Amino acid sequence: MNPRPENRGAAIDLDTVSKDYGSFKALDAVSLHIKPGEFMTLLGPSGSGKTTTLNVIAGFTDATSGKLLVGGKSVVGVPAHKRNIGVVFQHYALFPHMTVGRNVAYPLALRGVTGAERERRVRQALDMVKMADFAHRYPSELSGGQQQRVALARAIVFDPPLLLMDEPLGALDKKLREWLQLEIKRIHRELGTTFVYVTHDQEEALVLSDRIAVFNRGSIEQIGTGRELYDEPATLFVGKFIGDSTVLRGQAATSAGETAIVISGQTVVTDKRLADGGSPVMLLRPEKLALAPRGAADAGRNRLAGRVGEAIYLGSGSKYEVVLADGSKAIVRSALEAQSFAIGDEVDVLFAGRDVKLLADDDKADLTLT
Amino acid sequence: MSALEPTTPSVPKRAGWAWRPFALTLPALLLLVAVIGYPLFTIVLRSLSEPQWGAQNYVWFFGTPVNLTVLQRTFVISAWVTLVCVVCAYPYAYLMTAVGPRVRLALVLCVLIPFWVSGVVRTLSWVILLQDSGVINSVLRSVGLDGVRLIRTQTGVVIGMAQVLLPFMILPLYSVMRGIDLRLMRAAQSLGARPFRAFFTVYLPLSLPGVYAGAIIVFILALGFYITPALLGGPRSTMLSTLVQTQVLSLLQWGRGGAMGVVLLVTTFVLLALAAPVMRSRHREAGRR
Repeated sequence: MNPRPENRGAAIDLDTVSKDYGSFKALDAVSLHIKPGEFMTLLGPSGSGKTTTLNVIAGFTDATSGKLLVGGKSVVGVPAHKRNIGVVFQHYALFPHMTVGRNVAYPLALRGVTGAERERRVRQALDMVKMADFAHRYPSELSGGQQQRVALARAIVFDPPLLLMDEPLGALDKKLREWLQLEIKRIHRELGTTFVYVTHDQEEALVLSDRIAVFNRGSIEQIGTGRELYDEPATLFVGKFIGDSTVLRGQAATSAGETAIVISGQTVVTDKRLADGGSPVMLLRPEKLALAPRGAADAGRNRLAGRVGEAIYLGSGSKYEVVLADGSKAIVRSALEAQSFAIGDEVDVLFAGRDVKLLADDDKADLTLT
Repeated sequence: MSALEPTTPSVPKRAGWAWRPFALTLPALLLLVAVIGYPLFTIVLRSLSEPQWGAQNYVWFFGTPVNLTVLQRTFVISAWVTLVCVVCAYPYAYLMTAVGPRVRLALVLCVLIPFWVSGVVRTLSWVILLQDSGVINSVLRSVGLDGVRLIRTQTGVVIGMAQVLLPFMILPLYSVMRGIDLRLMRAAQSLGARPFRAFFTVYLPLSLPGVYAGAIIVFILALGFYITPALLGGPRSTMLSTLVQTQVLSLLQWGRGGAMGVVLLVTTFVLLALAAPVMRSRHREAGRR
């Protein structure tokens, strides 16, 4: 495939887009700017509004209010078939009565592309997804992963400036999913098209995306690169949704330069402060926590007593679930060379005050993650 | 191996078990032989043996112009009935897939209730509606239009038969349409197809197996219809079943009646054999999902 010009993708601007179903707000004033050629993932639990956002961009759903620009032009009120946007569905949606070749040729036929030119472009699209040898098969003769690759070819064959993908790998098993993630990344690089990808799988979002928009209850909690979301979560929900985390809640006291939280009689301190009001909670990443036998001296670090509830050997290290005095769980990842512990061991969880993310407590963050 | 060659997935064979499904269908097979096979055999036999052995009944059938006219008319009327049924049943069956369970139940009942009413009663209702002084003509005259002649015409026969046979078209259509994934229409639109185009390129081809199944049932049932054409039709809309009845019950010509039945049966088989390749190829494609 020929290298394509840079930034041939379309920019997308959502400006305070809302979608109401009766009194239920599926989208609540969502604003999102996606750059040309960017790989943007909409990440969130089911019912968070990510798929609704995708449907609004595709034209399958009309927003109740707000502005939507694709490539700088408003597409509000433009029907889906006139938007020229490629869509890949979770359920593949290949036409069962057409061969792979005819499926991929379908959008070209609608656009009046005929003869050798159509054949060449079908071939090129199938080559790109490595399915050229299957042009004469019917969808029912293909595996799920193969069908999804054909669906991808069909969605890119007409060179749309924007490709939407709605949990395209959701129905596939893990190994295949990981391989296809890399394929999708490669195709994005080669095409330079803007990709908007919906998933509830945070690992998948981290693998694929330039940036991730984290959705919760119809609004965006945070937009950023994977690293930004992991290292500097803006809300407790983001902190809990992206990566493993330990959340410490308790009686909080804020003084001049630091915040202290008392959990079951033990005090932990950080030099951070919460800018605005609200009750602070501490969020800690597993690799920032360490384990030590109960009572072993380690000055200058915060210390919480607990009991090892689960110990998992990961090959590259170990992962522990420690039940703390107040019943909450701390997730600890330790390096291979660190001392190992067994289930039931009495331990201290140690961490430095500067590694704490101090976030406002938020009951919205506690919904069941799916 | 060339991946371009489509390979059919192999089904593991379990030869030792192959006879068991046949054993289970044995009662049904015996019944079929008893109530269809034996009478059919008798009819063929009598058409060749009464009043004496030979083909005289077939010679008579093809040598009498009115028989050929009626045979042709039987097929034409059945084709019209099938067409009317397809046109009426298609939107109805689609509606059944599109509505909620309560409305669907109401729609199914509307289809089934006529089934539970005797065919004679239904046909007599049509006589009341269609006759020259009937409901339809009264309404037409009251709004100042000329009345139309419906009873004892081919049109009247087609209307009455289509109403009776409509459920046989709606039910197979509905069962096929219910299996069509409507998300495919959304996919077609995302690829640039106007709703109209998406319907003709995606929905219609996928629903054709239902159309074919319904059409075959309705057409074949229509060929043998007796009561409705007899009551709604006139001398110029007689169907073959009426002629058979006259030959057998009025003239006691069992041989001639049998010959007519055999001709109808054979002609039907020939037509179906001609239609089969078209239907089969479509069927194969749409059946893959």
